[in-house]
This record gives sequence, C-alpha cells and structure tokens, in this order.
Amino acid sequence: MRPRFSPLIMTLYLLFLMIPVYWLVNMSLKTNTEIISTFSIFPKNLTFANYRTILTDPSWYMGYVNSIIYVVMNTVISVAVALPAAYAFSRYSFMGDKHLFFWLLTNRMAPPAVFALPFFQLYSSVGLFDTHIAVALAHCLFNVALAVWILEGFMRGVPKELDETAYVDGYSFGRFFVKIFMPLIASGIGVAAFFCFMFSWVELLLARTLTAVNAKPIAAVMTRTVSAAGMDWGVLAAAGVLTLVPGALVIYFVRNYIAKGFALGRV
Amino acid sequence: MEKTQNNRAWFLVLPMLVIVAFSAVIPLMTVVNYSVNDTFGRNEFFWAGLEWFDETLRSERLWSALGRNALFSAIILAIEVPLGIFVALHMPKKGFWASFCLVVMALPLLVPFNVVGTIWQIFARTDIGLLGHTLWSLGIDYNYTANPLHAWLTIIVMDVWHWTSLVALLCYAALQSIPEAYYQAAKIDQASRWKVFRYIELPKMKGVLVIAILLRFMDSFMIYTEPFVVTGGGPGNSTTFLSIDLVKMAVGQFDLGPAAAFSIMYFLVILLVSWVFYTVMTNMDKEEGV
Repeated sequence: MRPRFSPLIMTLYLLFLMIPVYWLVNMSLKTNTEIISTFSIFPKNLTFANYRTILTDPSWYMGYVNSIIYVVMNTVISVAVALPAAYAFSRYSFMGDKHLFFWLLTNRMAPPAVFALPFFQLYSSVGLFDTHIAVALAHCLFNVALAVWILEGFMRGVPKELDETAYVDGYSFGRFFVKIFMPLIASGIGVAAFFCFMFSWVELLLARTLTAVNAKPIAAVMTRTVSAAGMDWGVLAAAGVLTLVPGALVIYFVRNYIAKGFALGRV
Repeated sequence: MEKTQNNRAWFLVLPMLVIVAFSAVIPLMTVVNYSVNDTFGRNEFFWAGLEWFDETLRSERLWSALGRNALFSAIILAIEVPLGIFVALHMPKKGFWASFCLVVMALPLLVPFNVVGTIWQIFARTDIGLLGHTLWSLGIDYNYTANPLHAWLTIIVMDVWHWTSLVALLCYAALQSIPEAYYQAAKIDQASRWKVFRYIELPKMKGVLVIAILLRFMDSFMIYTEPFVVTGGGPGNSTTFLSIDLVKMAVGQFDLGPAAAFSIMYFLVILLVSWVFYTVMTNMDKEEGV
C-alpha cells in the first residue's frame, strides 16, 4: 500500500523543472546573431565566447567575487552568533525567551522592501555604504533568525544528560561547547551555514540598494547587458548559468537535510 | 525536554541580539520616524502626526496592490500545496533515483531571484524563448508584456516552477518518517488508497504543511525581484505587488512619509500572520510532546 514511485509523474515534473534551465544553458552557448535570427533547440555553432567575455572582464567577474565575499562574511557572522543563542534557547528557559524567539521569526518574515531605504541611510551615515560588510550585516536580518531556528532544531535532539556529564567531568562551558557539543551537531551547523549561504546568495534587493561600485553583486552587474545596442542575450544567459554553479555544487552535500532546513529545523 | 531556569542564558543570546538589533531595530525606528514626520531632505523634520497613515489608508493604491497580492498568494497556494503533496507521494523512496530527484528538485530553490526572473523572461519571449515561441507557433497570441492575463499566467507558472519543490521536499521528509508497520496495518484492514492518505499520511504531514503554507504565504506576500525582472510591474499596474509598489514609492518617487506609513501597515499584516504561525506551531509541538 505504500505509495509507488511513479516514473512517469516524476519525469514530467523534473522535465518541467529542467527545461527552462536547459534553455538558459542553450542560449549561453550561442552567438547573439544565432539567438535572434534562428530558432533552434540546440546551438548550431557551439561557442564559449559568452563565458570568455565574463571570465576575462574584471567588471563582470568581480561581481561574482563581491557576491561571494559578502555571502561568506554573512554566513560566518550568522552562524557564529547563532550558535550560543540556539544553545541558550534549546537548554535554558529565561526571562522573555518566548518573546525573543518570536521576534526572531518576525525578522525572517520581514519584507526586505520595508528595510531597503532605512538600511541605505543607516549605512551611509556610518560610512559603510558600498562595502561588503554592509551587505553582510543587512542580510543578518533574516539569516541570523534562520540559523538560530535551524540550530535549535538540531540541538534539541542532543540529550541534556550529555552536557551535565561533561560538567561533572570538569569541562568548562567553552571547552565542552567547542570540543564535544559542536562535533555532535556538525551536520546541523553545516545545514545552517548552507541556508545562510543560500539566502544571502539569492537576495538581490538589499544587496543592490547598499552597493554602488566596489561591492556590486553579480545580480546587479547583470542588469547592464541592457544597452543602447539592444540586449546582449548570450552574455546575460551565460552570467545566469554561472550564478547557478555555487548552488548546484553545495546542494549535493546537504540533499538529505534540505527539508529539515526549510522546515526551520522541525521535521 | 525539561529546561533549566537560568537567566544567565541572556549572555549567550547577547551577541545575536546586538547584531539583529543593529540590522532590524534601528531601520525599523527610522521607518516609524518617517511615518509621523514630513521631511524635505537635509534632515529637517516636521511633525505630521497620523496624516500619512490617513492618506495611505484612503489611497486606492495601497488597497489595489494589497488586493492583487492577496489574489496572487491565494492562487499560488492553491496550486503549489496540492501539487507539492502529489509530487511527494510519487517520489522514489531510496537509492540513486531518490538522491537524483532531491538534487534536481532543490535546484530551482537555489537560483538567485533575479536569475529566476531572467530565465522566465527569456523562456517566455515569443522571439527567442522556447515557451513563447511554441505558444506562438500554435497560433496563440501570447504576449506577456502587453496582455495582463498573460503576464499573470507567466508569473504564476514561474512561481510554481520556483517553489513547488519546497512543499514537495517538506512533505517527502514527513512521509519518509512513517513506519512501514502503519501501511501493513492499513493493508490488513483493507483500507482504500484514499483512506491511507487521509488517516495515515495527511496527519503525519500536518506539521510540515503548516510550515510550508506559511513560508509560501510570507514569501509570496513579499515577492519583489522575480515579477520586477519579468514584467517590471506592468503592463500598466497589473502585476505591481506590495513590495514593488513600496520600492517605487520610496526609492523612485522619494515619497518617504507615505512610503513609511505603507511599510508599517505592511509589516503589521506580516506580524499578525507570523504570530498565528508561531502559535499554531508551538501548540503542535506541545501536542507531540517534543
């Protein structure tokens, strides 16, 4: 009676997911004249010129570098502050803990559009506008909340007796946390880091509002393919394909935990 | 788990509190400040009281954007939730194909929002896109930049493409945790397929479905980048959702007062729904005794 794996339905669904992506890859391997003049399912004259344009022009590839810099900074900050907080939420009850936990959730749910302008003014006034750290801090708005929720979900799976035994054995809190506790929830930390990475990587509105030149993310660089000479479709498609790579690379490692992360640690 | 009462736990929460306060509380206070003041730039403020709230509540603009956004959220929930459950029920249970399906399904979730827009913008164009071109060759006068209905359909299909996997992955994880014995018991009782779904699978998925529905509701309620890239809010105002309208108002026209009042009301709606979400979720945790 267990529901059967149905190859037909899954094939249809996966095709629905993959065809638009295939089309992007297909376009990225064509020249602009071919894209506009002929309609073909496969590229006739296979060309890597679009990728070459991106990978040799600093104004293009620096977009990727900028994005990666602020994404990594954000991931490190988010996980570092979320670890002790999640431990506190999973082990202790303290004054206002429920309210605090709820307040965190509202930050995950806050529309970035509400914060775009205030962020712009806040970071301009403290001289952080157009720096990587500004974007990294802005993304903490939703990523810290997410990391705390995910880590808390993983930590409550670790029995509390373990902590007590460690204290009896004379471990200090810091040593216990780093030497014993963190290795135990390593997969949780991995998942939390992955989700921070991902949500910072896909976010555009705040990243674009807070940067101008030096820390411009790839997502904002992509808009410049619109020029007086018309759209440079090939390069736009190639840039799009390259943004898929980091996600596709890391996804394999966390495939069994994706659902748990999206469910904020509660599956 | 029994928790120890310990107020010193605040020290562990403190670093997080500082970071989040810096990026959440200060900007929010700025918004509140703008919403009750009138400004002509140069940091000069004049008290305006509730004028902006009054003006915004009366304006056609907020209500029509809210209406469009509510309709959009309702439509995508009505499609994505049943479709996600349906897909989850038909996924392979283990082995290579299970991993393969998981990885492919998760891929759309990791595409940057503006690239999702770009993919569909290209895919739906009648001159160079596969979808648009196919529809056009079938004799359908499809044009998402001029026809509001087509623009809506394109954005809805795009959102289904982007997020159905989320619902499916969550349901799949819940289904995996059902012990085989339940199915055997159902078989002995000669339960129909529908009854197995209704009394075994659905109750098990209840928890994740609440999360899935509310995440999808929230994210569709603050959708910005994808429709912005595909249609730019057009044709006319037909796909101008709340966030698009807000950014237009605040950054485009620099109407800070009304935009701030708009933001606060927007945020209150989100806050209300989050609270319902949180209450339902914590109650379910209690029922399960976790």
